[in-house]
Amino acid sequence: MGATWDADPILDVEHLTMRFGGLTAVDDLSFVAGRNEITALIGPNGAGKTTVFNCITGFYKPSEGRLSVRHGRGDAKEGADRLARLTMSGRRHRGRGEDAVFLLERMPENEVTAKARVARTFQNIRLFAGMTVLENLLTAQHNSLMRASGFTVGGILGLPSYYRAQAQAIEFSRQWLERIDLVDRADDAAGELPYGDQRRLEIARAMCTKPVLLCLDEPAAGLNPRESAQLNTLLRSIRDDGASILLIEHDMAVVMGISDHIVVLDYGQKISDGTPEAVREDPAVIAAYLGIADDDNAVAQGATR
Amino acid sequence: MEYFLQQLINGITLGSIYGLIAIGYTMVYGIIGMINFAHGDIFMVGAFISLIVFLAIIALGITWIPLTLLLVLVIAMALTSMWGWTVERLAYRPLRESFRLAPLITAIGMSIVLQNFVQIAQGARVKPLEPIITGGYALMERDGFVVNLSNIQILIVTTTVVLMTIFSLIISKTSLGRAQRACEQDRTMAALLGVNVDRTISLTFVMGAALASVAGLMYLLYYGVIDFYIGFIAGIKAFTAAVLGGIGSLPGAMLGGLIIGLIETFWSAYFSVEYKDVAAFSILAIVLIFMPSGLLGRPEVEKV
Repeated sequence: MGATWDADPILDVEHLTMRFGGLTAVDDLSFVAGRNEITALIGPNGAGKTTVFNCITGFYKPSEGRLSVRHGRGDAKEGADRLARLTMSGRRHRGRGEDAVFLLERMPENEVTAKARVARTFQNIRLFAGMTVLENLLTAQHNSLMRASGFTVGGILGLPSYYRAQAQAIEFSRQWLERIDLVDRADDAAGELPYGDQRRLEIARAMCTKPVLLCLDEPAAGLNPRESAQLNTLLRSIRDDGASILLIEHDMAVVMGISDHIVVLDYGQKISDGTPEAVREDPAVIAAYLGIADDDNAVAQGATR
Repeated sequence: MEYFLQQLINGITLGSIYGLIAIGYTMVYGIIGMINFAHGDIFMVGAFISLIVFLAIIALGITWIPLTLLLVLVIAMALTSMWGWTVERLAYRPLRESFRLAPLITAIGMSIVLQNFVQIAQGARVKPLEPIITGGYALMERDGFVVNLSNIQILIVTTTVVLMTIFSLIISKTSLGRAQRACEQDRTMAALLGVNVDRTISLTFVMGAALASVAGLMYLLYYGVIDFYIGFIAGIKAFTAAVLGGIGSLPGAMLGGLIIGLIETFWSAYFSVEYKDVAAFSILAIVLIFMPSGLLGRPEVEKV
């Protein structure tokens, strides 16, 4: 096809299947998310979008399938070889820096974030409501701080390396607070912020884990049009800074406005995959969204082929 | 007045010991919502380890008391922490995703295991330690009644204050403390931010056990005798203190410990020794009727 996401994928989902007892929530799903692109995962309610997210972030162990993340660009063929060797080896990841490849389905949640550098947010807000805004962002930098503090011992003894790391972490948090315009609320409890601010704080917190891939589950849910527009600007700026984004979204204005690539699910299967323009015109997508009866659907599909 | 003052000093000393143990209950409850019933026995193990280390150090010929105490403190904290870590690793972590009562039952099991292990390994008789820290100050004297502030009491209260300050700072200022509070609020989200939840929980047990071992050492120095059963009643008292202060709240545990210590001491002094436990538990019941989440606890808001 020659699409940009096929040429340089950051996330490659292959034959993902997730069964819960007799129910197949995701059925043999394959798609890729391109590096430095915004990929949207859309579909009617119950299509299995959140299940895909839960598999990607280690919350569920997929029944079948491979979920691989590649940090560097690298050569596609060599990357495929490395991935094949990794799959055979039974290990979770291989290589360092640009060469690193990760198999997410083998990793526990904290390693998905800490090693594969995939971060996520949820449909509902899950800030640490009782902690301050700044503490929320610092918690996301826990691992580098723990290492710098010699696992707290250095922190208690007051080693300079710990203070340096702490200062860096606070500076990094401050930059993010500036981007989401919350610097003056840094010491307030996160639960006291207005809803829209909490949403953006969640994204900032996820970004403080320094991810290469950011997975957002309905980030625009409950936002008013102005907040929604702010969100679009924020997501574009995150992409332009080099991260890749995978998002689930119902708000079509958000999806069509910012996505580079859209994957459409229905009943756990992929029904369409392409640019926003191509997906918008796809009769299968229109049928799924408008709920055309099966006969009409077949007619509609037949008409285009 | 003099009598009152003396009881106040005694009560604060006893309350410090309860407070140190109560912190272990409250931290573990805070992070995984479980009552670690083996914690009282970790305190008892800490007291035994302290005794053994004392005897070993004295046998080595180190007689300068401040050095001896420091060595015993550090070694007992390290060894007891390992016990706390092991108990969590063996009895609680495998049941983390199980139903809520399962770890509670293994906790009671661990408590019995520890008691019996010490009983078999060390014998059932009480173990004495000759007084190591003696002396004190006579604060005032009237009509032949002397108010004494002994050195051991000063040591206990000072150590408690210092340790509680250090641990409060760890919780509020360090990255580990932030991770603990994050796990307390939302374990899944903490994991998704890269926090190693299992390790954070283990470290919570380690911190609790370290404080319990200090309480064990203080108990040993204060009373001079220990046996394999001291963990039970001290554990229940400290648990009461944690609930009284508001379980999950660190300052609450300290306050609760102090209050339980004072009630017990004053009741014994002015009414009857036999009913001191009844008094302590009655106060608990009364406080919980009017303040169900304890003195400093946050009321739990039902999520709909």
